Amino acid sequence: MRVTDRLARGLDAPICLTWELTYGCNLACVHCLSSSGRRDPRELTTSELFAVVDELAAMQVFYVNIGGGEPTLRPDFWELLDYCVEAKVGVKFSTNGSRITPAAAARVASTDYVDAQISIDGADAATNDAIRGDGSFALALAAMDHLADAGMRGFKVSVVVTRENLDQLDDFRSLADRFGAQLRLTRLRPSGRGADVWDRLHPTAEQQRQLYSWLIERPDVLTGDSFFHLSALGEPLPGLNLCGAGRVVCLIDPIGDVYACPFVLHEQFKAGSVRDAGGFTAVWRGSELFTSLREPDSPGACASCGSYDACRGGCMAAKFFTGLPLDGPDPECVHGHGEAALLAAASPRPLVGAGHSHRGGVFVPLTKRI
Amino acid sequence: MTAYALHPQVGLRDEQFGALAYHYGNRRLTFLNDARLVTVVRSAADYDDVDAALDAAGVPVESRPAYATALARLAQAEVLVARD
Amino acid sequence: MVDLEPTNADDVLADVLIEEISIDGMCGVY
Repeated sequence: MRVTDRLARGLDAPICLTWELTYGCNLACVHCLSSSGRRDPRELTTSELFAVVDELAAMQVFYVNIGGGEPTLRPDFWELLDYCVEAKVGVKFSTNGSRITPAAAARVASTDYVDAQISIDGADAATNDAIRGDGSFALALAAMDHLADAGMRGFKVSVVVTRENLDQLDDFRSLADRFGAQLRLTRLRPSGRGADVWDRLHPTAEQQRQLYSWLIERPDVLTGDSFFHLSALGEPLPGLNLCGAGRVVCLIDPIGDVYACPFVLHEQFKAGSVRDAGGFTAVWRGSELFTSLREPDSPGACASCGSYDACRGGCMAAKFFTGLPLDGPDPECVHGHGEAALLAAASPRPLVGAGHSHRGGVFVPLTKRI
Repeated sequence: MTAYALHPQVGLRDEQFGALAYHYGNRRLTFLNDARLVTVVRSAADYDDVDAALDAAGVPVESRPAYATALARLAQAEVLVARD
Repeated sequence: MVDLEPTNADDVLADVLIEEISIDGMCGVY
């Protein structure tokens, strides 16, 4: 059996997972996958966080990707990092850069067990701030400066690829190189606030081909395997090339709910809660949702297409939030089958509420220069 | 004589297909797809000659060059360290 | 016992025995 087939059937423990610590955020990015902004009063307490880490350590989860919202807004953030390091659970945290002072950067640089990922969505302030808000580019770059100065090599610069920034791929590469960082490009999904902007921001078919060619020539650019649907264009991109949700990865949200992945924060993809009896371990191993995701995939409408082996029908989140059936083509199917399905589709898109977004278009000003 | 030990920064996790090896320093993840290979990797430090480890793990003689190649690759990937 | 030099077939078997991917190579993690 190929390793990827084994992994599709799931493992006794995730290989890694995403853990959103808070829905609170000082920014209001237009495409936020978690519709973050306001903290949820039901957030896990510090001791509940530690209990989750204890479970992850017992399951030998190798590393967690900590995010949010903006995770550094939690007062116990650094305490949690220390706790993870003590427990030998590796951490990579995703941040908009707002709390990465020189002192914080030095702390991050001091241990192999902690990695940092700074998010930007444009190679210049104009392009970036149109998505992430005024001043957000400057904030991110200051954080990168501090990390580089602290001797942190190989931290991640992570970009969500959009119609507006696809022409800046070389610039992103230079920017990452300038700070001794690794570039990471990820796919825009119509998730969270992304649902509102997906139609105007997702790459065109021609841009997808451009992106694929660019990535194939640069296997050192990370992607989090988020473009495996593009593998139908030719030689597969590096990575597992399969949907890891509920099989080798999952998401724990700020109130302890467990979802298949960060791009499906919706009741239909909720597996349980770490607050239930048996904690995270019981959810991972026994939940109905994950058990069903671990059944072999059926190609469904994609059965007659020769590319199914390469693309596996694409991304579950992309299909779900555009109203497409899960056993059919991805909305961005490189052969255009998704577009055709969208035109023919009878299903409306699922209703997505405002989530934890800041109300009334309030944009929280960044008052402190660091 | 070739001898190895598991790299101190590597976490080894048993799986149905063999094991996962994760290096906390360089963040590389390696799939060990064979139970006997996993036994050899776990027990490598106990043997002064890897041939003895292969023998103890029940690796057939005709497969040993392939296993030796695999072990050398694991050393290159820093999953194993070579010992004097 | 004669020492056997690794052949192409051995390389192929070694490819099956171990496989390396980046920890970043799994979809569903941001």
